[in-house]
Amino acid sequence: MAMNSQGRPTAPAPASQAAASDKTFSGNKALQIEETLIFEKDAFGSTGVDLAEPKNIPSRLGDLRRNDDIGLPGLSEPEAMRHFVRLSQKNYAIDMGPFTLGSCTMKHNPRLNEKMARLPGFSDIHPLQPISTVQGALELIATLSHWLTEMTGMPAVAMSPKAGAHGELCGMMAIKAALEARGEAGTRVRVLAPESAHGTNPATAVQCGFKVDSIPADASGRVDFEAFKAKLGPDVAGIMVTNPNTCGLFERDIRAIADAVHEAGGYFYCDGANFNAIAGKVRPGDLGIDAMHINLHKTFSTPHGGGGPGSGPTVLSAALAPFAPIPFVVQQNGKFDLVETRREAGSSDGAEGANTFGRMTAFHGQMGMFVRALSYMLSHGADGLRQASEDAVLNANYVLARLKAELTPAFDGHCMHEALFDDRFLKDTDIETIDFAKAMIDEGYHPMTMYFPLVVKGAMLIEPTESESRQELDQFCDSLNALARKAKAGDTEDFKIAPKFAPRRRLDETSAARKPVLRWTPTVARSEAAE
Amino acid sequence: MRYLPLSPADRQQMLGVIGVKKIDDLFSDVPVDALNADIGLPDHAGELEVERQLGAMAAKNQTASSGPFFVGAGAYKHHVPATADHIIQRSEFLTSYTPYQPEIAQGTLQYLFEFQTQVAALTGMEVANASMYDGSTACAEAALMARRITKRSKVILSGGLHPHYAAVTRTNSELVGDSVDVADATPSGTEDLTGLIDENTSCVIVQTPDVFGNIHDVTDLAQVAHEKGALLIVAFTEVVSLGAVKSPGAMGADIVVGEGQSIGNGLNFGGPYVGLFATRQKYVRHMPGRLCGETLDADGQRGFVLTLSTREQHIRRDKATSNICTNSGLCALAFTVHMTLLGEVGIRRLAMLNHEAACKTADAISALAGIELVTEQFFNEFTVRLPKPAHEIVETLAEKGILAGVPGNRLWPHEEALHNLLVIAATECTRDEDISALKNALEETLVEAV
Repeated sequence: MAMNSQGRPTAPAPASQAAASDKTFSGNKALQIEETLIFEKDAFGSTGVDLAEPKNIPSRLGDLRRNDDIGLPGLSEPEAMRHFVRLSQKNYAIDMGPFTLGSCTMKHNPRLNEKMARLPGFSDIHPLQPISTVQGALELIATLSHWLTEMTGMPAVAMSPKAGAHGELCGMMAIKAALEARGEAGTRVRVLAPESAHGTNPATAVQCGFKVDSIPADASGRVDFEAFKAKLGPDVAGIMVTNPNTCGLFERDIRAIADAVHEAGGYFYCDGANFNAIAGKVRPGDLGIDAMHINLHKTFSTPHGGGGPGSGPTVLSAALAPFAPIPFVVQQNGKFDLVETRREAGSSDGAEGANTFGRMTAFHGQMGMFVRALSYMLSHGADGLRQASEDAVLNANYVLARLKAELTPAFDGHCMHEALFDDRFLKDTDIETIDFAKAMIDEGYHPMTMYFPLVVKGAMLIEPTESESRQELDQFCDSLNALARKAKAGDTEDFKIAPKFAPRRRLDETSAARKPVLRWTPTVARSEAAE
Repeated sequence: MRYLPLSPADRQQMLGVIGVKKIDDLFSDVPVDALNADIGLPDHAGELEVERQLGAMAAKNQTASSGPFFVGAGAYKHHVPATADHIIQRSEFLTSYTPYQPEIAQGTLQYLFEFQTQVAALTGMEVANASMYDGSTACAEAALMARRITKRSKVILSGGLHPHYAAVTRTNSELVGDSVDVADATPSGTEDLTGLIDENTSCVIVQTPDVFGNIHDVTDLAQVAHEKGALLIVAFTEVVSLGAVKSPGAMGADIVVGEGQSIGNGLNFGGPYVGLFATRQKYVRHMPGRLCGETLDADGQRGFVLTLSTREQHIRRDKATSNICTNSGLCALAFTVHMTLLGEVGIRRLAMLNHEAACKTADAISALAGIELVTEQFFNEFTVRLPKPAHEIVETLAEKGILAGVPGNRLWPHEEALHNLLVIAATECTRDEDISALKNALEETLVEAV
């Protein structure tokens, strides 16, 4: 969810020369090994798997057999291993250090989860096997559903959404279907969303055929309640609010917001991206919401994997539960079953999915992520999950307290699980948020989320999560405070050319977008090169 | 609690630095009666207890490797090299984020660039994105992309499109007001969609190999679609087929979408998988999802970045091409590693081994009295018509440890005419003795049935 290059593509001045003594003949720098593309390894005729040469078999491919040159190199196993290991060493990762991307919840990913997800009983079963042969898989989904509904205090959960944004889509589709059932889908076309919302919120609303109307923030960084009320009307389908919001603050008026939107005939979608602040402490169902997606890859520790896979189960209120997507798991007479069709769903009189809006994905959701999330939840338990949320909030407030003398907090008061700063402390320094962030890279840290939320100028959103020790946080805060002092002292050169020590210097994003090169292409015809 | 580094003393000291007495002082914005609600769930558990609890659930499932296995229709049992699963468990890949800071994410970015190139090559297209959730959602996004390009509102779906892909596409397209026409299912693959295309048609979506297993030459369909100003979207559920069957790009497809699970990824009961999405260069700015591009850094060294992000939700918000954010990065890595090991030589061999296994299976069981082979030209999956509802036979065989395929009622629950159909997939994992076991069990069951 982080928007780190929000509208600010980097376009560094060319050829800031490294000192001659920094150069090596190979281009490598000790543990940093340069690595070419697989397509540049002269491996087009080889393979790294031992498969039998196919015999002369009767073909049923007719005249559709593929005869053209596909263009795929094949590396032997040692070459492939070395290639990908070298690449891996150019990545920052949560296992290396603090990864304080606000709103992304980069917490520790327990390896027990990986081990559990690889049990053949979960990883080696097909989604269309007979139901009788996958009872344990359905039990796992039902168990996770139970944990999620208990944690949120909501009556139902749709398990099939594949990621957070897909969960948003699920919730908004349910709202659309509920409006259709009321005969109001044609008139209720406007969705309200705060300016501070994740970009996925407005994008999702539009994907559901709604129009988006932006609500301003008040001086405290929360939904401007009066402005919100003024926007309510008979054409409002609902509101999408993140809570805690993207400024890292709990929406104090959340119940009043829920009541007002319900009174106006709309529904309340809560973006659950920041559930990690309150899981085990507060049940969103007690706050009056109608739908909320849960990013299992944030709150429940399934790995982000460099951009997925995620998983976005979406809890639904009693009002929206009948519109839940198919398929879903039911339990009858001690057996689990999967409801996969509208007709079956419709026979379950008013219960979950009785008026389903349909199917969102081919199968039953991100089973591999379900196993990991349940493994995490069972490990923590109710007590541990509450402690984790408390520690996440404690760590963020500790960072806020330790940085507020040098950096400028965007709002007064305490925060929830993430601390938001603006760029006022960089005023008159000639340094921007992005320079500050890139300098953090040289200090060995992944930058925070920057330029988001949009309601704060030059925003820096820091979410340490509960996974950081006090010692690690102290070192992190010491580094950021030192950087801030250095910037204010006018020592700006290192910021402008940062990062200096990363595998790459600042990259030219502007020309990458102007003339996109999105794949490797041979510069010389390979057949000629071979001659 | 083993995942939490703070000690009680740390917490106390930190509260002091913050200037509050107790943790709940930091939750003072929460309505008092909503704070610390009792959650009716058990307390924490050690690794051993969790392993036992989850292990017990896992043990109740019949795994694909435990016996003869012929289930396909959208997900396939293949052998994944050990290297692929090792690489995706490296911390630097597993525990990194979307590569928003390219200077410290070149590892992710470079494999995405390699992935995009591999997918483009396999599909015979010019460009591919950095992955979608899965094949079905990629298919739905393709229909929305065609709507943006053509500014038309009618989607035509082949009856050979996987019914779940069709359902997902319908869910998404109808939301924005498109009409969706689904052709009748023709198991023998003789469908002709050309008559349905008109001046309102944004796209025709056809699957090859289709859900019954038929492979199609869509060259003529592409031509008719283009004459009418519509786009041809070609879908597939079995990416291995592209090692043996003419590519969609070579047949005139405008957008190609499909499921990449077969390469690098396990069955996982339906997810996570990796959606593949490829198109022509001229449509690239209409694409959904992330794109990785090549560029230079300040020292003039080649590097990679996420690019064309002005299409995306985090920049364009309500004007984005899609709401997609997180996609299938790690599954794309597994795909890239496996495909890098295979290479062109390997994918062609793998494809032909699959084809060989399917031909053998089809020959063996279509020789049985009462079983009719419905599909003539196919890759690694085919359909037979049985003398009775297929799900009954599938259940009987499952009890004998044989997972025989996907019965018609699972895919077309409301079309009884298709309930005697059984969709059967074979792969490089299928052994001769598996085929014999299937044949013998079917024979026995059918004799009992008569």
